[in-house]
Amino acid sequence: MNRSLLLKLLSAVIVFGAWEIAGRVPVSYAFPTFFESMYALGVMTFDGSIFTAYAETLKPLVIGVAISAFFGITIGLWVGLSNRFEWLFSPIFVVMQAAPLAALIPILVMAYGIGLTSKVFVVCIMAMPVIVLNTASAVRNTPASIKDMGKSFLASDRDIILKIVIPAASPVIFSGLRLGISAGFIGAILSELKITPTGVGDIITYSRSIADYPSMYAAIFSIIVLAVLFLNLLERTENYLFEGNNRGYVTD
Amino acid sequence: MSQTNDAFAKAVPLDADSAVSVRNVSKNYGDVEALKNLSLEFPRGQLTSLLGPSGCGKTTLLKIIAGLLKPDSGEVEIEGKIISSPGPDRSFVFQDFALLPWASVLRNVAFGLELRGVAKSEREAIAEKYIKNVGLTGFEKAYPHELSGGMRQRVGLARALAVDAQVLLLDEPFSAVDEQNRRKFQEDMLELVRGENKTFIFVTHSIEEAVYVSDQIAILLPRPSRVSEIIRPTSFRGTGKENIRRSPEYLDIVDEIWASLRNYVE
Ligand SMILES: Nc1ncnc2c1ncn2[C@@H]1O[C@H](COP(=O)(O)OP(=O)(O)O)[C@@H](O)[C@H]1O
Ligand SMILES: [Mg+2]
Repeated sequence: MNRSLLLKLLSAVIVFGAWEIAGRVPVSYAFPTFFESMYALGVMTFDGSIFTAYAETLKPLVIGVAISAFFGITIGLWVGLSNRFEWLFSPIFVVMQAAPLAALIPILVMAYGIGLTSKVFVVCIMAMPVIVLNTASAVRNTPASIKDMGKSFLASDRDIILKIVIPAASPVIFSGLRLGISAGFIGAILSELKITPTGVGDIITYSRSIADYPSMYAAIFSIIVLAVLFLNLLERTENYLFEGNNRGYVTD
Repeated sequence: MSQTNDAFAKAVPLDADSAVSVRNVSKNYGDVEALKNLSLEFPRGQLTSLLGPSGCGKTTLLKIIAGLLKPDSGEVEIEGKIISSPGPDRSFVFQDFALLPWASVLRNVAFGLELRGVAKSEREAIAEKYIKNVGLTGFEKAYPHELSGGMRQRVGLARALAVDAQVLLLDEPFSAVDEQNRRKFQEDMLELVRGENKTFIFVTHSIEEAVYVSDQIAILLPRPSRVSEIIRPTSFRGTGKENIRRSPEYLDIVDEIWASLRNYVE
């Protein structure tokens, strides 16, 4: 545990050190150093602007991720448990996963305007396919022998799904959730950059337009930190729920 | 060979006391004829081995008796009732253990009772008792991946015993267990059969194992799958588990079975 913490700190020092050096060389006049960016982040934290920004950005993100997680897992279970639904739904999500999002955004804006709805859609399009596809394949790959075990000990169909299929699929479902949530973060920012500049996307757009690059990188950095924290929280939840499934993989 | 014939002569008449009867069962997987018109009686309170080369349909037969597979024709009768699905009168021990990796030993052993709706405190008390019986006291909170193969199968065995079914179905239970543990298991099986008044149906591909643990050995041969012979060792059952492997009858039966199976080894 301590060793892994040490390794994490070490890798953070290396990455930030490289950033600092690259900023000092400089690689590009538009690339600030690590400390300049952290200073800008400090300023935004103290004047509160970063919190106002996140209040805006988190709306489509949280709604979109919640919808994607709920419907993604439900549809995934359905698709995984029945051949008919696989046939019907799988292609939709494979196409969704492969579709170039930037090309879809104008269509969404035409259909749903520039408000929250369109942004939620962008988050869902990014997050949902991988959740559905992972869940479905995990469910389909439940070991036949533990399902037979359940049946031989008189499990009902409901027991088999709740006590065997879902827990057995949970590592892959959770990895789908992790990928889906990361993609959701990208979707939320992308929607703020491409639809209307609000929240963190607004900080990025605005500070770029006035050449305040430290603030721009500070905003980007804060998103990454938030995403990592969130994924860690998810992993904790998973380990807590399905302890024996944990063979010691880490995502961060 | 004379002793084996002797064994046949002394055998209890079959129809007297069968716990499980398999009658004219056939099962095909597409073009593969796994079982063809197979009939077999399993005496109550005894251990019957299904012995045969791999692919001869042992698992298929066991799953049909378990109610996990439906035969294409024929029937299985247990305690006078024709079965068509799994029931509380049977429990299964799986070759690959089939434990829940996310559940502790205690929950795994209690899982059959959990599915039957037994209250938590009650089922855990029962599970504790069987965990003790199979020698896993102290490992209640461990997870399967922390256990050796032998210990995992003890969990599988305890789970099957905990539901107190009349018929225990064991599919090559010790084939994924190391040699020392396997011997210990075989000795434990003898005590289990004597101690619990249950009917054991035991699949194995090991001749020595079958002769060591069985009251009755059914030799299955493939293509087409059938019961080619039924053997009932008699003389060494009472001699104590240390002496079985030295008994002349044991050695004769092992030889005789090998003689009939050797033609089927690829
Ligand atoms: N689900 C299945 N689909 C197709 N063929 C199968 C299936 N299960 C078993 N078989 C075939 O049926 C035959 C008997 O299999 P099985 O009962 O597993 O034999 P054993 O347990 O004696 O090794 C084998 O030839 C095997 O390949
Ligand atoms: Mg088999």
